[in-house]
Amino acid sequence: MDLTLSDEQRLLRESADRFVAETFTSDHRKKAANDPLGYSPAIWKQFAELGWLALPISEAHGGLGGGAIEIGLLMEAFGRGLVSEPFLSTVVIGAALIAERGTEAQKQAILPRIAEGGLTLAFAHSERAARFDLTHVDTTAAKTTDGWRLNGSKIAVLDGAAADQIIVSARVANANGASGKLALFLVPAGTPGVTLRDFARLGGGRGCNLDLRDVQLPANALLGDGSDALPAIETVVDRAMAALGAEAVGIMQTLLDTTLEYTKIRKQFGRPLSANQVIRHRLADVAMQVDEARSMALRAALMANAEPVARGRAASGAKAKIGKCARFVAEQAVQLHGAMGVTEELDIGAYFKRLLAFDTLFGGSAHHYRRHAALSGRVHA
Amino acid sequence: MDLTFSAEERAFEQEVRDYIAESLTPEMKRATALTPSVFSDPDIGMAWQRALHRKGWGAPGWPVEHGGPDWTPAQRWIFEAECARAGVPNVNVMGVKMVGPVIIGFGSPEQKNFYLPRILSGEDYWCQGYSEPGSGSDLSSLKTRAVRDGDDYIINGTKIWTTHAHHANRMFALVRTSDGERQQDGISFILIDMKTPGITTRPILTIGGDHEVNQVFFDDVRVPVANRVGEEGKGWTYGKYLLEFERGSGIASAKLREALKTITDLAGSEVTGRAIEDPDIAIRMSEVEVDIDALEMTELRVLSALQTGQNPGAVSSLIKLRVSEIRQAVTRLGVDVIGQDGLAVEPARPFYRLNHEPAIPEELLPVVPEYLNGRAYTIFGGSSEIQRDIIAKMVLGL
Repeated sequence: MDLTLSDEQRLLRESADRFVAETFTSDHRKKAANDPLGYSPAIWKQFAELGWLALPISEAHGGLGGGAIEIGLLMEAFGRGLVSEPFLSTVVIGAALIAERGTEAQKQAILPRIAEGGLTLAFAHSERAARFDLTHVDTTAAKTTDGWRLNGSKIAVLDGAAADQIIVSARVANANGASGKLALFLVPAGTPGVTLRDFARLGGGRGCNLDLRDVQLPANALLGDGSDALPAIETVVDRAMAALGAEAVGIMQTLLDTTLEYTKIRKQFGRPLSANQVIRHRLADVAMQVDEARSMALRAALMANAEPVARGRAASGAKAKIGKCARFVAEQAVQLHGAMGVTEELDIGAYFKRLLAFDTLFGGSAHHYRRHAALSGRVHA
Repeated sequence: MDLTFSAEERAFEQEVRDYIAESLTPEMKRATALTPSVFSDPDIGMAWQRALHRKGWGAPGWPVEHGGPDWTPAQRWIFEAECARAGVPNVNVMGVKMVGPVIIGFGSPEQKNFYLPRILSGEDYWCQGYSEPGSGSDLSSLKTRAVRDGDDYIINGTKIWTTHAHHANRMFALVRTSDGERQQDGISFILIDMKTPGITTRPILTIGGDHEVNQVFFDDVRVPVANRVGEEGKGWTYGKYLLEFERGSGIASAKLREALKTITDLAGSEVTGRAIEDPDIAIRMSEVEVDIDALEMTELRVLSALQTGQNPGAVSSLIKLRVSEIRQAVTRLGVDVIGQDGLAVEPARPFYRLNHEPAIPEELLPVVPEYLNGRAYTIFGGSSEIQRDIIAKMVLGL
């Protein structure tokens, strides 16, 4: 039982905190908000040089072999700076799906390029009718003589427009045409039949919705061997939720720090806001919820390699609890900043919106408490 | 980083498990499950204290020279977790966890030699004389006065919310020995024999129907000056030290998990008409379980800091606040799980020695009293409002 950071982990945290504080300033964020790409390729290159893009990739594929704790340290720092580089899409989700599902040839072709910063990925899985149900995929993949044909629509594809390749989930029609297993396909940018509707994402970065109309793919676009991809998707999404939880903790901590400072400086009725017990107690509650969120994110990271039910309960528990804490912390931060809190003149609003985005990504608190109860055998999913 | 315990720690866990299995009698276990108040009755609680003492485990937090087992923080964690899992009696903490550390820290050699062995063995049963009718959360405004008369103090005043004063043979108390500039000044920490002439005890029944707390009156009670711990007028410092113990002491998540399990088992059984099939109940159970997960992780973060010799910081107030709120959430869930069977009031105590058939199944008896008594969790040991004041000041630097 040891929850202290190793020397390497401490160094990683320090360098990430320093880099983020120096690079992701308020000005940077305002510029990035108008950037059609949504992030800076120059900074992405620096991420690669710092070794961050190689972090969770295995050493055999040009990576550093790190785990969920290291990812969490980076993500927390990214949260503090509202980083919008496609780290989650490319490294936490994309590289993990390749590692979990890909053939050895696919891993060799893709993972080293991610590690060196030469390839970005996105994951197109969610569909409007599915809400947050990972098993609900209406997009179809039909076998053709020399490959696959995909049809369907995806929503909330993070960083999709800028990605070199999009990993698309689809249900493979079986011999008699009925829907069968889930499969994942690598779809390169610009593939005919793919229509992207790019949008600025709530809280920073870009996202897109995707239409696939008779998209023809070669046989080797199929990721892996054709067995059911659902367990891999669940594994990767559970780990992504742990990583997002760490990012949310960084955001919440920043909101708490900023709000504390503000209530000490802002004077009304001849004394600082923080002299009022109602404000002090509210801030105590905010601090407590930030701390609970921190514990849950750490717990989800520590359980990232546990067996599926334990991992799923930890991930859903964390997502649900951190989502609930995040909403509270974000709303209180705005409230305690008064009217200034609802303007774009302070950063508070940007942090608020990123937490709102966090809460809905992969499902909100209600969904994940329900999944937790189902995995605990209390209710049916 | 990892959450697993070492092979030695696993072996220790097995040793604890084995010892509990051989010394926890079915009677103790049943009595504990059917006791809706904070502490077990002394016959049950002290029987368990004696069993622990026989093994050398009577005071896990004490230094080894006073009879502590010299455990690492991880061993203490494992011990507490195993005790919670097994459902051992809730020993009154006033001796081992509260007055004990103060005597160890500030008592005279004579006091240590006399009192500490009697705490360990369960020979003495302690109660705490802190709150007064006019001094609740504002404890330092206390008025019970000790006036010097030769080698004695003469004490007059009253203490209230005194848990198990009707069972205790000793009380540690904060009394005013002088008036200082600040109301915290002039308070002394004193040990009182409850059989001293002039002490009377009035029972106070709480809303759950249990007699756990009392009001204690002091009418010209003569106590030797030698019974004062530490310096005269420094009692506030010693008392605060003890309150830190009360707030930070123990590992609460394991007990909360067991309490939730009890409610979950009831909800899954015919005795509640399978309440768990109500999805609202099932999801609230998950909410509470996740809150316990978060608390456990926070406790483990503290443990890990202690293990590596770091100061865990001012988190004990955060923990105290969450523990009390989660305990209440568990008991609230319990009331909703048993539904209309909660209407039946059973006034007799203890539930494990009723001489009549209760109107509802025995295992449902403590549920409503636990909820009602549990309203005190956010009040005693410094109310939640005081805890938030402390967090604002100590954790947030406001």
